[in-house]
Amino acid sequence: MRVIDVLLKAVSDAPIMKTKKRSVERGRTVQSLAQFISLFLKLDPSEQLFIYVSQSFSPSPHQEVGVFFECFGSDGKLCVLRYCKSQAWG
Amino acid sequence: MADDKDVLRDVWFGRIPACFTLSPEETTEREAEPYYLLLPRVSYLTLVTDKVKKHFLRVMKAEDVEEMWLEYEGTPLKWHYPIGVLFDLHASNTALPWNVTVHFKNFPEDDLLHCASNSVIEAHFMSCIKEADALKHKGQVINDMQKKDHKQLWMGLQNDKFDQFWAMNRKLMEYPTEEGGFRYIPFRIYQTMSDRPFIQKLFRPVSPEGHTLTLGDLLKELFPAAICAEGGWHQR
Repeated sequence: MRVIDVLLKAVSDAPIMKTKKRSVERGRTVQSLAQFISLFLKLDPSEQLFIYVSQSFSPSPHQEVGVFFECFGSDGKLCVLRYCKSQAWG
Repeated sequence: MADDKDVLRDVWFGRIPACFTLSPEETTEREAEPYYLLLPRVSYLTLVTDKVKKHFLRVMKAEDVEEMWLEYEGTPLKWHYPIGVLFDLHASNTALPWNVTVHFKNFPEDDLLHCASNSVIEAHFMSCIKEADALKHKGQVINDMQKKDHKQLWMGLQNDKFDQFWAMNRKLMEYPTEEGGFRYIPFRIYQTMSDRPFIQKLFRPVSPEGHTLTLGDLLKELFPAAICAEGGWHQR
């Protein structure tokens, strides 16, 4: 299975996405996913976007999304990622 | 953990002798001497190379200097990997000292993350600790700590203070005796022959039958290619 489902949830002041559930490739990096979200939400290039896993840590931009599905997914089906424009969980 | 203290110390104080040389592509006002440094295995390159930067800046004009980055035999060195991982991954077969080339321009945007200040390293380090604790204790231990406790972990690493770091890290390494181990073992398998960053999966320290599992069991299950048929170790 090369493609996994991620649920993208907005935190605090970040705009929500109408389609929260997205299929992404396992090998997709956090950086590339963050770029996608920034473009989709038409964020200003100067605005930062933080991605969080398990409401606790913000992974390195080079990390692959597949790892979160594998290690932090719920029931091995869905991986919840949260995004926000300012640091949420330190 | 107390009985492991000697091992913990040996790991913490592991050093790699390195020789830093300025890239010939850089413009200098006079010849740049190489700079020698003992690198702590458990630290990060950008955290321990301030002196290297200062050394080379002395022979360079300010306008020729952008963000410093390091490279070994054509491979840009990712500062967000621990130094020991970088050395073992790229240079474990070379004679010491480790020859690292220093650059101040043409930052390889696709390969490296920027590191504008130590706070970027701190954020990365804390995130790694939190991710590990999410696996070990569902994040409960790290979340129960106070801001100053987090700071103590970071300051311990930054200032190379073993006791300061371990006074706090000890809590992150504890588990209820009846459970026999963490929920899952945090690990990453880095490969030299792969473009993927690393392998990371869920692995419990105890088998369903109650046996304590070893590193060998982990590799057998998740990365069998690392173990030869005879049961020996492969160099990867």
